[in-house]
Amino acid sequence: MFIELGDLVAYGVLGLDSSSRLGQSVQFFIMDVSKIFFLLVVVIYVMGLLRAMISAERVREYVRGKPKWLARSLAILLGAVTPFCSCSSVPLFIGFVEAGIPLGVTFSFLIASPMINEVAAVILISVLGWELAALYVMSGLMVAYVGGVVMEKFKPEQYVEDYVWKIRMGEMQMIEQDNSLRGRHLFAMGEVTVIVKRIWKWVIAGIGLGALFHGYVPETWVIENLGGPDNWFAVPGAVIVGIPLYSNATGVIPLAEAMLGKGVAVGTTLALMMSIAALSLPEMLILRKVIRWPALAIYASVLAISFILVGWSFNFIVV
Amino acid sequence: MINVKILGSGCANCKTTFQLIDEITRSKGVEVELEKVEDMGEIMSYGVMSTPGVMVGDKLVHSGGIPTRSAIESWF
Repeated sequence: MFIELGDLVAYGVLGLDSSSRLGQSVQFFIMDVSKIFFLLVVVIYVMGLLRAMISAERVREYVRGKPKWLARSLAILLGAVTPFCSCSSVPLFIGFVEAGIPLGVTFSFLIASPMINEVAAVILISVLGWELAALYVMSGLMVAYVGGVVMEKFKPEQYVEDYVWKIRMGEMQMIEQDNSLRGRHLFAMGEVTVIVKRIWKWVIAGIGLGALFHGYVPETWVIENLGGPDNWFAVPGAVIVGIPLYSNATGVIPLAEAMLGKGVAVGTTLALMMSIAALSLPEMLILRKVIRWPALAIYASVLAISFILVGWSFNFIVV
Repeated sequence: MINVKILGSGCANCKTTFQLIDEITRSKGVEVELEKVEDMGEIMSYGVMSTPGVMVGDKLVHSGGIPTRSAIESWF
């Protein structure tokens, strides 16, 4: 349905040639904008209707006082289903510390949260197919688990700003919820507006880049330079390129779609997606308010190395 | 006079929330004392982790994200 819409607008209404670069880019752009925004609205609305969004306060209650492996698994799963705004990272970090949740577990949560969320998962399935979606989600969960464990070895406690330890959190107050159908509908509509407003720029940018890649980058160039699975430098290259770039997890999907379509290896694509979604300068600057640079540098290195390993493994396994 | 606190670290969403509440209470003619709380220690002392949060009197009515217009109207 979305392919036809793309064809109709690009080749019919605008009268572009379907074999031209511009035509192919425009067709890709229209197709993906309509498809992804349609899915976004539907998925967020349904989640809102079910009130499936779990608040950070609840996550904290679930995780505190559990044995470490269980705490970490819970933190990652909850991180994956809570789309929290990065401006909440600081209170979240402090809240976890105050609840006595180990720092390594908190890092696992911070890694999982931007990389995986249920909205991105649904869009991944419909754009790239469930096999790739499952690969992305599973390797993301694994990186979050291992990444947190490795962070712990570096004793990150020594780098936490002193004031963080002094903050005492008050009693958690329950907010009354209107659980009637009307209340749920209003809540769901609110979620759609807030989340779409927050991420639309990333999604459009991702689709734009994907469209340019789709229309203008020749396949032969891709095979020579980004390489198939046997090009070892492609993966670290992708991760390094992804670090300064930032986009919401949903926004990376169209770029990945275009790259895979041109024959970029699966592992290289996954590594780039993870690096763009989970590692970003703005996020680092926000976290700087609670932890000092050495810990941030370790955090970034641990993640970058994990993404490279993920990329290499998949290039090796999936041929 | 009702005391209303907007809890948030000064991010864009917090400012929008502040303006929205200001606008709605004015148009309804409700007299409120709007207060921005930006100190992390104080925010957390109210048990809030997701910002922006809103307190009307000493009751937490909202946390995490910009509240909807209809939600704000129901508080006053």
